[in-house]
Amino acid sequence: MQRIERTVLYTIGGSAILMVLVPWLLGKVAPDQVFFEWPYFFEVAIGGLLSGVMYSLVALGFVLIFKASGVFNFAQGAMVLFAALTLVGLIDLGVPAWAAILLTLGVMVLLAIAIERVVLSHLVNQEHIILFMATIGIAYFLDGFGQTLWGSDVRRLDLGLPNQPLKFFDGALMVNEFDLIAALIAGVLVVSLALFFQYTRIGRALRAVADDHQAAMSVGIPLKHIWVIVWSVAGLVALVAGIMWGSKLGVQFSLSLIALKALPVLIIGGFTSIPGAIIGGLIIGAGENVAEVFIGPLLGGGITDWFAYMLALVFLVFRPQGLFGEKIIERV
Amino acid sequence: MGERVLGDVILDMKNISLSFGVMKVLNNISFNVRKGEIRSIIGPNGAGKSSMLNVINGVYHPQEGSITFKGQVRNKMKMHEAAAQGIARTFQNIALFKGMSTLDNIMTGRNLKMKASLLEQAFYWGRAQKEEIAHRHKVEEIIDFLEIQAIRKVPVGRLPYGFQKRVELGRALAAEPEVLLLDEPMAGMNLEEKEDMSRFILDINDTFGTTIVLIEHDMGVVMDLSDRVVVLDYGRQLADDVPDVVRNTQSVIDAYLGVSH
Repeated sequence: MQRIERTVLYTIGGSAILMVLVPWLLGKVAPDQVFFEWPYFFEVAIGGLLSGVMYSLVALGFVLIFKASGVFNFAQGAMVLFAALTLVGLIDLGVPAWAAILLTLGVMVLLAIAIERVVLSHLVNQEHIILFMATIGIAYFLDGFGQTLWGSDVRRLDLGLPNQPLKFFDGALMVNEFDLIAALIAGVLVVSLALFFQYTRIGRALRAVADDHQAAMSVGIPLKHIWVIVWSVAGLVALVAGIMWGSKLGVQFSLSLIALKALPVLIIGGFTSIPGAIIGGLIIGAGENVAEVFIGPLLGGGITDWFAYMLALVFLVFRPQGLFGEKIIERV
Repeated sequence: MGERVLGDVILDMKNISLSFGVMKVLNNISFNVRKGEIRSIIGPNGAGKSSMLNVINGVYHPQEGSITFKGQVRNKMKMHEAAAQGIARTFQNIALFKGMSTLDNIMTGRNLKMKASLLEQAFYWGRAQKEEIAHRHKVEEIIDFLEIQAIRKVPVGRLPYGFQKRVELGRALAAEPEVLLLDEPMAGMNLEEKEDMSRFILDINDTFGTTIVLIEHDMGVVMDLSDRVVVLDYGRQLADDVPDVVRNTQSVIDAYLGVSH
């Protein structure tokens, strides 16, 4: 794991303290507009943290491909949509849920192979911007292809995940069971991926390919396999994100737009850090929810839409590499 | 360096010609490399030295000629296949994995020696775990050998140039290659660093019996280190002999001093 610097701890601690202090003060100063009570505050904050984990799930897919190829994969959101559409489509055809999940995973692996064959293999050693343009192409193709294949109606995805509010402290604090499960799944995914990248040969090979294609090939790393593996893993993450978001919002075109919510998460956590995707998600999720409920009334509401991006801008000024990103020092 | 007994031919290049469009980069080059020798390719800028190395390594595929490696004629071999057959290399402009530590960089050199499957690695179980530990030992030996213990954990992007060159050499060594290709290992170094690097090259050759093919500008270094020297100029082959003979060949002197033809 990366060593955690002191500034990172201060930033996280500082954000947490601000997140508590500002609502509390506003509650004191303007009690008519801002309703503040501790159990209510925690409910809002925990709800935010849990939805933050959902953002992390999407951000994770970006981090994986960025780590392994230095490319910002614009198609990640489209992959989430495509995975969810395929899954729902298969379930509607009468395939049992577990088999549909496995089949969809297979489809995502096939997709990874196709992307490598058709697109990436022709772009070895090209500038990153060219690979980025290629992912934009892939994104629009997937959006269209998925909807041609499975239709563009909003569909319900019900895998029978529990969705009851859990009551703590005699009902003073309520947390949705589904959100808890999502957080648990994301946590397990993040920890296993972080370990995989850090301590295995393939993980190392993935990082090597990201740094220098030619050098990687010279030590005998076959670029093609690595790209197929990393896009497959990104496909797996997209499927998990698709299942969680699809269950929550229904499977529809807007799923591909949640990729935009992952951007501020990446800026805060750092584009190259798997744990950063989680921490970034938590900060965005909790910050957004708390700000909406306790600061929103003073500003006339509706700040969820831009709050995350504003937070990301602040981070860009003070720590452009993100909390856990690698600081690149170029020698001149 | 007393009389050295050279082994059999391990790498044989016959009538190699390479062109990019109308540019003829290599023109009918033939030479061989014997097992256990230090073989140098020298020549002025633009002579085609690096292209020659890239041909051996499978980066470029020559239009004409044949390459025989360990008795097998090879066609259009890819870079990672060359690596699998025992050819490792360093690059003229250092090509390290800048975000990774010295240790991890050298560990990537062990990539081909590791056999654990994707699943075993995913769960860090069975062979994956044993392999990591065994290969870590080997890598530590290389780190000791190259005297870079102190920078083990430093991301190589932050290291000074001389150390980066050394780490790159370490990564190539980690593959335990039969043939080691070094593209200007001493370019841009000061005298002390050059002496260190020369010592490492001789030690590698001596200790591991690794065959070394070397490109270098510094004539003094080349003449001291090499068993045999090939001289290229504008893609043509001017000479191929032991250093003492090459040093006194008129066409070589002309090429280096720039006599008008």
